[in-house]
Amino acid sequence: MTTPALAVEQLSVRYALAGHARGLQAVDDVSFSVQRGETLGVVGESGSGKSTLARALLRLVPATSGRVLFRGVDLLALAGPELRAMREHLQVIFQDPLASLDPRMCVAEIIAEPLREFRGGLSRAERRERVGEILDRVGLLPEHLQRYPHEFSGGQAQRIGIARALMLQPEFLVCDEPISALDASIKSQIANLLKDLQQEFQLSILFIAHDLASVRFSCDRILVLYLGRVMEIADRASLFASPRHPYTRALLQAVPIADPIRARARTSVPLSGEIPSPLSPPSGCVFRTRCPLAIARCAEERPRLRRIGDGEVACHRAEDVVGRG
Amino acid sequence: MNALLTVRNLRISYRGERGPLRVVDGVDLDLGAGDFLGVVGESGSGKTQLLLALLGLNDGAHVEGSIRYRGEELVAAPERTLRHLRGAKIGMIFQDPMTALNPYLSIGTQLTEGIRRHQGATRAAARARALEMLDAVHITEPRRRMRQHPHELSGGMRQRIVIAMTMICEPDIILADEPTTALDVTVQAQILTLLHELRARTRVAVILVSHDLGVIAEVADRVAVMYAGRIVEQADAPTLFAAARHPYTEGLRRSIVPLEGELPRRLPTIGGLPPNLAALPPGCAFSPRCGYAGERCSREPPALELVSAPDVAPVQQHRKACHYEGPLGRLAP
Repeated sequence: MTTPALAVEQLSVRYALAGHARGLQAVDDVSFSVQRGETLGVVGESGSGKSTLARALLRLVPATSGRVLFRGVDLLALAGPELRAMREHLQVIFQDPLASLDPRMCVAEIIAEPLREFRGGLSRAERRERVGEILDRVGLLPEHLQRYPHEFSGGQAQRIGIARALMLQPEFLVCDEPISALDASIKSQIANLLKDLQQEFQLSILFIAHDLASVRFSCDRILVLYLGRVMEIADRASLFASPRHPYTRALLQAVPIADPIRARARTSVPLSGEIPSPLSPPSGCVFRTRCPLAIARCAEERPRLRRIGDGEVACHRAEDVVGRG
Repeated sequence: MNALLTVRNLRISYRGERGPLRVVDGVDLDLGAGDFLGVVGESGSGKTQLLLALLGLNDGAHVEGSIRYRGEELVAAPERTLRHLRGAKIGMIFQDPMTALNPYLSIGTQLTEGIRRHQGATRAAARARALEMLDAVHITEPRRRMRQHPHELSGGMRQRIVIAMTMICEPDIILADEPTTALDVTVQAQILTLLHELRARTRVAVILVSHDLGVIAEVADRVAVMYAGRIVEQADAPTLFAAARHPYTEGLRRSIVPLEGELPRRLPTIGGLPPNLAALPPGCAFSPRCGYAGERCSREPPALELVSAPDVAPVQQHRKACHYEGPLGRLAP
């Protein structure tokens, strides 16, 4: 097997909190890898730790332990100029494109900024040419260059964010809910664009989302997080056809069915309760308090991630999870 | 039909930098007891403005046309009339439950305030009714919740409390503006089930506004699709989903990624950008993005016309505002 584009090994992030001796365990012993050219989806509801996970591997929040292997080095061990140099190859797109663009810079300046930072040797004409190329590639027009972020709709602003992220032709892209905030008619435009660019630039992508519907089109494999822990990792086809973890199954059942007749005929009952406070996670399996299959063992013993079929699942009762219901 | 709410030619505009900005442009609606109407639209469609107008809540707007609640005209009605309707007869649920909750007051105080004010209930009777309502919205440990404050509750629980607050005065109509958008998917499913349950039990009429066609399909009996301030298509939900006649509805439907079956290599898309209300084209507002648009579409705005037979009751009518009469399905992936 070839070396993955990115390998995360036993990553944990704990926040110290006054009055809580153990602190808040936002990410708990998470391991996975992203192959070259692959898009790995990370799905979890609020409080699952998905954003903290992304931030930790980008070094935007400090990890407590673990390793993040990228281009042969551990990102968590880098500092100063070495870390800065690595950012050239590892870029990010955020959920709220307007909030992530400097409101005082025009589009031309925003998109050219990475070139000024990392390709100081380029002449002004070369810079302009590269900006023009990427602008066209993400579907913006030359007349947009002199405008400011607030003049754009959400979808266009996201295109600007994508252009900036791809300016240096990175190897790896972290997309933190890149389409969640966009209008329905714009979501599919941006999802298609990201897929095209991935093929063209041979990008490896970590794609964060809060529901399963938005990752089916974009991702090759999917990792399901709950309260900071990995519940299941599987390739797209098997995860959607035969989820192995009761939580994955519940997430699938919770997706609204865009067909009134089938929606009315559905017999499954929505998962009860809500994600517990990460300050006092349940013992054993963190999902057991909402799990319809929980047994005594689930409160006593933390389930390890184990291989079933071609995926991995952390559940004592994985063999008893039946289809999508 | 027992008409609860009749809206005719509703127009809402705001003063803009370059002349008036019309956010709702000629909307008609009919709502009867127990109806569940879904209104779907994207940013700038006017869906939220429409809801706010039903309660006289769009400050600074110029509202024209007619909104009748049980025959009583609400457009330009005195504030006293509207204040009585809000809460007592027409309840509203917002995307963020904290819009409706006071962070400083206990849940019990907020729950009982409404019936004490609107119905003059005694403290004990109001409390008993509040506990009953908490049970009806499936809040666990209701007695303890009554003493708690909003910040002690999760997002899903807060939205249940708001629904309980709304239902406690036994309103005729609930207006829900993206009530599940800020919630997790598993909690969204719970809240949608709850709204459905309450409608079945109390015959309350619901207007649910959402950007998500999937959410609308889950709960609504009838659907109105809005674009640039107008209803562009309306029908009962099965018809709208099985036999949409407006290209925009078709685009919205096809842009939903199915959870099963074959995946397209590219998702079908609606091209272009959401409408800019300050610079709408002279004809159909959707025409610049429409794959079926002809010459007439850029010239003449289409009226919302009947697709179904003329003898069908108003609530079951299928209407569309589109000049194109041919078959849909051309939307290329």
